[in-house]
Order: sequence, then C-alpha cells, then structure tokens
Amino acid sequence: MSSMKKRAELTNLIGMAQAQYAYTIDDGDFYDWPNFFADDCFYQITSADNFAQGLQAGLMWLDSKAMLHDRILSLLEANVYERHSYRHILGQPNISSIDGDEVESETSFMVARITREGPTDLFATGRYVDRYKVSENDAKIMKRIVVLDSSYIDTLLGFPL
Amino acid sequence: MVDPEEVSAKQPTWPAKDGATRVPYWVFQRQDVLEAENKKIFQGPVWNFLCLEAELVEAGDFVAVFAGETPVIVTRDKDGQIYAFENRCAHRGSLLALEDRGNVKDFTCVYHAWTHSLQGDLIGVAFKDGIKGCGGIASDFKMENQGPRKMRVSVLHGLVFGSFDEDVDDIEDYLGEAVLERIERVLGGRKPVVLGKFTQILPNNWKLYVENTKDSYHASILHTFFTTFELNRLSQKGGIIVNETGGCHVSYSCVDHGGSLDEVQKNAYKDENIRSDSDLSLTDMTLLESFKEYDDDITLQILSVFPNFVLQQIQNSVAVRTVLPKGTDSMHLKWTYIGFEDDTPDQRKARLKLSNLIGPGGYVSMEDGCIGNFVQRGTKGAAEESAVLAMGGYSIETSEDRITEAAIRGFWTEYRGRMGL
Repeated sequence: MSSMKKRAELTNLIGMAQAQYAYTIDDGDFYDWPNFFADDCFYQITSADNFAQGLQAGLMWLDSKAMLHDRILSLLEANVYERHSYRHILGQPNISSIDGDEVESETSFMVARITREGPTDLFATGRYVDRYKVSENDAKIMKRIVVLDSSYIDTLLGFPL
Repeated sequence: MVDPEEVSAKQPTWPAKDGATRVPYWVFQRQDVLEAENKKIFQGPVWNFLCLEAELVEAGDFVAVFAGETPVIVTRDKDGQIYAFENRCAHRGSLLALEDRGNVKDFTCVYHAWTHSLQGDLIGVAFKDGIKGCGGIASDFKMENQGPRKMRVSVLHGLVFGSFDEDVDDIEDYLGEAVLERIERVLGGRKPVVLGKFTQILPNNWKLYVENTKDSYHASILHTFFTTFELNRLSQKGGIIVNETGGCHVSYSCVDHGGSLDEVQKNAYKDENIRSDSDLSLTDMTLLESFKEYDDDITLQILSVFPNFVLQQIQNSVAVRTVLPKGTDSMHLKWTYIGFEDDTPDQRKARLKLSNLIGPGGYVSMEDGCIGNFVQRGTKGAAEESAVLAMGGYSIETSEDRITEAAIRGFWTEYRGRMGL
C-alpha cells in the first residue's frame, strides 16, 4: 500500500471516529463518551498559552477511562448548572506521525454553546492533539490534549470537548 | 449591560442601620458605584494582589495585570526589587506592555516611542530636542514630572501585593495576625511554581464572587460533589476567621472520616432536604488521593484578602485567584494553579489530579461560575430590594462553625467604611 493511500485511510478512520465522538457529546448519550478512549488513556483540556509553555495543569486532567466515566457521572448526577448544550464542528484530522498502530494527529474544532436564555454563542475554538491506537476498522484515543486557543472561559466548562 | 433606565440617576441611600446585614441590589448594578470602587477601593489604601514573585525571576521580567480595572505592570529591576506602576504611557496614555509577560530592558511606547524604566520612570522622549533645531518638546517640560502612577509593593511569602496609596497600612497589619499565619501555613518558606493559568469570565458583578468565596454556608450545599465524598460537610470540624476590619477571612475544615460523624451529623443533610445525600460513588478514587503536606489536619482552607485575592488549599490543590471587575455585570477570575519546586513526581501528579476539583470546570468550583449570574439576573428588577445576611446572627466574629455569614458581613463592613456608603 502506498503511504499516500495509507494516510488517506487513516485520516478517514480517525475522521469517522471523531464524527461519532462529536455526535455523542452533542446529540447522543454522554455515558458513551469514554468508549472512544483506550483503556489506558489520558485526557486533558488546557490553553494554547499553557501548552506552549509546557505548563502541566488542565481544566480537566483525567488519566484513566474510569475517570472519564466519573466526569460524566458527576456532571449528570451531582453538579449544578443551567441547562445548556454544545455543538462541535470538527476539521479534518491532520496526521503528523504514524508509528505502527499508533497514529498522532491534530484536528481543529469550534464549539458553539446553546444556553437556556440567549442565542447560540461561540464558546471555544482550538485543536485536539491526539495519539490514536488504530486497528483495521477502529481508532481509539490513547491521549487527547484539548488545546483551547484562548485562556478565557466564559462562565464554566461543564461537558467535555 | 444593565439597562440605564433601570438605574436611576440618583444613587439610593443604603440605610446605616442595615449595617452589613442587608445589602441592596443596586450596589451590584450601578456604574457610579463601580467608578467609586475603582477610585476608593482599588486605587485607595488597600493591597491589590498582583502576581506571584515566582513569575518575576530575572531582572527585566514583567507581567501585565490589573488592580481593579486599572492596568498595571509589575517588574523586577536590576536591583532585584519588584516594582509596580500603571500600564499607561506618560505621554498620551497608551498601554505600554502589550504582552501578558516577558523580559525587557525598558518599556517603550509603540505610539511615539516614549521610554520608561523598569521602575516606571519616564526616561526618554523621541525627538525631544527636535531635528536640526526644529521641533522638540517645550523647553519647560520635565520628564520627572510626568509618568504613570506608581504602586507601593509588598512581597509576602511569594505573593506580590501593590497599593496606589503610599499611606496604606503595612501588609502585616492590614491582614492581622490570624490571617497572616494562615498564608504562612500554605506558602511560608516554600518555592511555588506555576502549574497553569486560566481566566474565567463571570457574567456577574465582582462583589457577588467575593461574597461567594467568603460564604462558608453555601459550600457544602451548592457544591454537591464535595459533600457526596464527605470532603466538606458543614457538620465536619472547621471554622472561620474574620480579621479585625472584616475584609479578610479564612474558612477551613479538618479531616474527618465518615466513621467519626455521629448519627445526628449524618442525618443533618437528609433532614434538611439537601441534595447531597446520595449514594454516588467514584469509580476511580485516585482522583482524590492526597499526601501529607501540612502539620495539621486541615484539608480545606479558603483565604481571602480585601478586596480581590483568594488563596485556596483543597487537600494538595493550591491556587491563587484574583477577582477583577469588568463593568458592573462582568468580571474576570484569574486562576493560577501552584505546585512547589521540591514536589516529587507523585506529589505533582496528585496536585494535577486534584486540580480537577477547581477552576472553570472544577467538580467543586463549577457552580460558582454560574451562581453569581443567577443573582445578577434574579435581582434585575429589584435594585432597591436587599439581600439578607443573618446566618450566625449579625456579628463579623471568628467562629468555630461554618453555618454563618459572618465573613460576608465582614466584607460589607469594610466595604461600606471604605466607600463611605
């Protein structure tokens, strides 16, 4: 297989996984969100400024699939916030490296937030800095760093991005 | 923005007899109040938190921050001292620093290249003497008479505070001994490092957030995550400290495992119909793993300094927060997450995991992002109605329990005094 074809296939595979990921957060069942990750995984949300400086802290900093599940559990069962939802628009995954079945890629995103009182607003933009484990017909996230373009968060960050 | 028609031209009176037990909602709505706050509070004889000393390591390092709505530059000069002055050119008022931080040898305004030293003195005027005898500045102009206003600076356990009033009380007296000890408890003799910085834009008046930080009564009621895992129930051991002037406080609670709660305490939440009494449990409890960091049993300490500073210790999650007004119904909450130079990798990891509790998306701080806005919206048509602060009586005294609004009353006591309201 030519490397170009391989690359196109991986782009497609990751793109499909990410389309489902966005659907799950925006329109599906939140409890399915952890299933996009490998069992041993890491998920962090940070800002471009912190990321560029190599600062480690995150708005979310979760290093197991169970912690991803707990995040959803807490959001749906414990935390208090006004009803709102997100709408993700994702760019094409841009593959930066392929190492066996581990693939690194970056994907731009824009997330609108829909609140109870008020119009849809642009809540966040940024990029996913990812490492995927790929098989013939699936791609699982081993590591996702959500790098927000801005360090400013309006009101609160509840749901995952 | 607040509808101008709703806010009448003439400021209503806040009855003296209300003291700090009734707070009229117009203080959260009026532009004239905000303007007076900038002048009498943030530019008055108070200590504004500016930054961490750890952010200014080398000579020439600077950060651009705010005192209230006033932009400020904080620097370390070649003499090793820290200086703070307005981020405003001596000439025609442009911002001098256009980055959040950096290292410079001076501040040269981009507009007409007027140059300022690291201490905020005007030291150069472009084409001061004109060109070939033509132009140049007026002959009686003196650079030393023109410049951004300077702040008096105090550094306390690595925290940099600044005041626009030279006559402000020394920081130690301003805080009082009890609050000072609690800052020392977390930061004394240690070398903090910044782990991350985030800014939360809150759609509410800045004082609603300040009230929230001083509100030990709400913590375990609004923040269900905490109570569910018994990190912070009001029925736990704890207390509050309010300093003599009222504006600085400490709220703390101590480690208290489920077994030591008696039946009365256990049932207290159930009886009050508070949401927190659920069977929710985490799958991955490593989120809350902590290590012994202090010589006492205090697992949570929230400390505030009038008017804009919060030092937070939640287990091993240490952070400072700065409260900055941005108009009457908006504010910025600046979070700086802190570790320490001598952290082991495991300790650092524990801090990073525990930081899931805090910040704009934190399990226990998330609700504080929206609650101020609920008040701002709820009181929209009620400028001359008042909030009531009667929990724990009417005093502003230090106490051994946290079902009290004493620290909030302390804030309003100091606020009214300084504002002349």
